[in-house]
Parts: sequence; C-alpha cells; structure tokens
Amino acid sequence: MHPAPSVIIFTTLSGLGFGLLFFLGLGLPVVTGMVAFVFYAIAFGLAVGGLAASTFHLGHPERAWRAFTQWKTSWLSREGVCAVAALLVMGLYAIGAVFLGQNWSALGVLGSVLSLGTVFTTSMIYTQLKTIPRWNMKLTPAMFLSFALAGGALLAGQVSIALPLLAVAALVQLAYWKYGDDALAASGTNLGTATGLGDRGAVRAFEPPHTGSNYLLREFVHVVGRKHAQKLRVIAFGLGFALPLVLLLLPFESTMLKHTVAGLAVLAHLAGVAASRWLFFAQAEHVVGLYYGKR
Amino acid sequence: MTELPTSTDRKMGLVIDLDTCVGCHACVISCKGWNTENYGAPLSDQNPYGADPSGTFLNRVHSYEVQPEKGHAQLIHFPKSCLHCEDAPCVTVCPTGASYKRVEDGIVLVNESNCIGCGLCAWSCPYGARELDLAEGVMKKCTLCVDRIYNENLPEEDRVPSCVRTCPAGARHFGDLGDPSSDVSKLVAERSGMDLMPEMGTKPVNKYLPPRPKDTVEEEIDILAPLLAPVAEEPKGFLGWLDKTLEKF
Repeated sequence: MHPAPSVIIFTTLSGLGFGLLFFLGLGLPVVTGMVAFVFYAIAFGLAVGGLAASTFHLGHPERAWRAFTQWKTSWLSREGVCAVAALLVMGLYAIGAVFLGQNWSALGVLGSVLSLGTVFTTSMIYTQLKTIPRWNMKLTPAMFLSFALAGGALLAGQVSIALPLLAVAALVQLAYWKYGDDALAASGTNLGTATGLGDRGAVRAFEPPHTGSNYLLREFVHVVGRKHAQKLRVIAFGLGFALPLVLLLLPFESTMLKHTVAGLAVLAHLAGVAASRWLFFAQAEHVVGLYYGKR
Repeated sequence: MTELPTSTDRKMGLVIDLDTCVGCHACVISCKGWNTENYGAPLSDQNPYGADPSGTFLNRVHSYEVQPEKGHAQLIHFPKSCLHCEDAPCVTVCPTGASYKRVEDGIVLVNESNCIGCGLCAWSCPYGARELDLAEGVMKKCTLCVDRIYNENLPEEDRVPSCVRTCPAGARHFGDLGDPSSDVSKLVAERSGMDLMPEMGTKPVNKYLPPRPKDTVEEEIDILAPLLAPVAEEPKGFLGWLDKTLEKF
C-alpha cells in the first residue's frame, strides 16, 4: 500500500492523543486549572490534528460530513462518530477540570471509553480488509490499542503504568511482524485463484493491460519502500519501545531531570510509532497486485 | 444506506469467455469512449501525450501465460471489470452511502455527488475494479452501462453494455445470472463458469468461462512427411563446378 503521509500522521498522532485522553478521563492524573489546560491542549492538539490530517487525502473534503451517516455498516463512519463523541464528552470534562476545578468522574470514564473506542474503530478500518492479508488479523487492533495505551500512559506521566504497557506493545509489535510476514501466503490467495486458472498450471503475468502506470498500481503496489524494511523495523522498535523503557528505568532524583527524560521518552516513542506505521502501510500487500504479477 | 440488499430481483452481469477473447482491447476503448461522455464524471487522463501517461479505465485486459506440467504454454487474455458482487465489500465500507447495490437488478453504482473520494472502497475490492478519478476526486467504476441497457432511445440491439456490443470475437455476454433459464446462465452451466478469488467471499455475479481443453497429440503423426523428403541432389555441371570452387574460399 502507498504510505500516504496523511494517514500515517493521522493514525500516529490521533492514536497518541486519544491514548492520553483515555488516561485523563480516568483521572490518571487528576488535574485542574492551568496544568489541566496544558494536558488537554496537548491531547486535543494531537487527536484533532490527526483527524484533520486524515481529510487531506480525500477527493472532496468539503463533503466529509457525509461520512457520519453510514455507521450501521462502515467502520470508517463508526470511527468518525466515535471520534466526535469522544471529543465532545472529553471537551465537557476538560471544561469542568480547567475552568471550574471539577472532576466529573462519570463523564470522564465515558470519555475514556469513547477515546479508546475511537482507536479501536480506526484499527478496524484496516483490519476488516480481506484484500490486505497483513492487516486482516486480530493483531492489528491489538497493535493500535496497545500503542495508544502505552503512548497515552507515557504522555500522562504514569510511569508505573507506562512500563508494563510499553513492554506489552513491544511484544505485540514483534508478533505483528512475525505473523504479518506470512499473512499473504497463509491467505491462500495467489495468481492462480485470482485468475481461476491455477489448476491448469503455473500462471504468470505475461502482459500488463497498459505500458504506463495507473491508480491501482500507485495506490496498492508500493515495492520501492520495502527495501529498507528490516533496518526500519530495528529503528521503530528501538525508538518506539526499547529507548523509552530504558529512559523510564533510569534512576533520577531531580524532578527537572525526570521531566526532561520523560519528554525524551515521549518523542522517541512518537518517532518509533511513526516509523512502525510507515511500515504498516508500505509493507502491506494488496491482492490486486497479483493481477499485475506484483505484490 | 450502504447495507446490502438481502436479495436482488435480478442479477445482471457479464459472462466472459477466456477461450474466445483474442486480447484486442476493443472493449477497453469502447468502454472508455461510452463512459467518458455519459453517466457521471468523465474518465480523465493525466499527461496523455507526455512521457508517463495514465488515466481512469473501468475495464482493462491483462494477458497471462499458463504453463501446464506437460505440453505447451498457453496465452490467455483476461478482461477484468467490476464483477457486481452479491456480497460487495466496496458497498458496506463506504462511509457516506455513495456506494450502493440496486435491489432491482443488482448493479453496483456510485452516487458521485455524495462520494468524498476517500478510496476505501477501492481498498476493499480484490479485483481492482474501482479507480479514483484524479481530475474529479470521485470513485469511478463499471456501471454495466446502466444508461444503455434500459435506454429506449437506442435501437434494441444496442441495449447491452458497450463492451459486449463492441467485442468482435463474441467473448462477452450480458444477461440475468439470477435466472437459471437465461442464455448466460445456461452458458455458465455448460462451460463450468467460475468465480475469481472465491476465497474472498464476495460472491461475484460476473462469471468467467475457462479456456476449453486443447487437443493433445500422443505421438508425432505426419502423413505428409514422406512426400516432403528433401529433393536436393548434388549439383552437376556448371553449378557443380561453381559449388566446388566457392567451397575453396
């Protein structure tokens, strides 16, 4: 799949933003006034910024409101509805915390559930696609959810929660790569089933329909970016999970130093997740590539 | 709503004969010609006269080589367009309701004025049947020439999809695949029509007729061979002298 910057920015930033909102809604930490303002500014900035980025790849962004209508069948629509509901509920909760010094915990818990629900619905947009075996796995929502929770705990400054969550996210990441690499072969789809000619012999794409490129090849067959996949996996894993874990485990006495190191951990995690998300798209093989003798 | 109908009154679709298709691409051109100036937005081209031309097509013809375990390889031309699936994933993923499957005839269409151009329907289609038009920013797909097949302004023989009307080899057939007594259904039954990627669970309406088995010859029988024995003899006379002389150089 073509790793479009808009979807990578969207899933990376909004995942982190909704992860932070999840912990803020649960009162981890309970914040009011100016401190709450800063926390919510970061959370809403990430969540809304990510959602805004996702509209950049639309052919007609001015009609985006229509995407809220088909929640009965469409995961993309469900995600839109869930995101707006989460932002509205957490917006109210934030107003209470920032301006009124209140902690309306029932509202916060509802906002937390909706925030996590938004991450889940985002992941299901990809998971539902049988055409992309690497995404069509239970590990895809597990990965989106574990990344959002680990990043959210990290940003919320919940070190004792962030440590195990980072470890879990790291394991999910490794499992996703391991099973993802075999997913296309395991799906049983190949040029033989694609053409229905497989039982007659070995099928080979002899001539493409045209000499130039087309929308399908640009969107679904992204071979160039896979060259450095192994190196990028090391970078994604190192920055996303290993480095933040090491930084959190370092014994520092001064609060100032602790905050700096935590900030570094967040930035490293963000860069690692972005690299992982780039691979998520670039390495995904759409079965339509088979018709062109590519994957 | 993008909920699929539980059943459709008819299942209009195409039957494509892989035995007969000669790979001339006439269906590709006639499809583009008809559909760029009729239903919906035109099918745009980008950089059509430049070094890297590309454009929107609703029908494309691939060519595959099949190498059996024994015998010669076979070349098979393979036209591919929307299969108007009964369980069309492109319809249910649509967030706006722009994609829909018609109850009356099962045709899958896009309401272009509601399409936001998110591309998710193209992602969900295993067959590459949907292409986002870069000039219009909306999704384009085969309409089964919905503006021809019911069009009473056209002569009756033209009330079929443009690709079917154009095919010089008669490799494309159009009809109701939901009616077991229709010509296309009989053809599918007779020739063991098949689905593409059945494992995707899309239940395509369009069927493909596999190439007929080729004749095989057990041993080389050549009844003309005795008559074609080489008749060249050693040249004599002047030619013989010339031959020998030239051999020396």
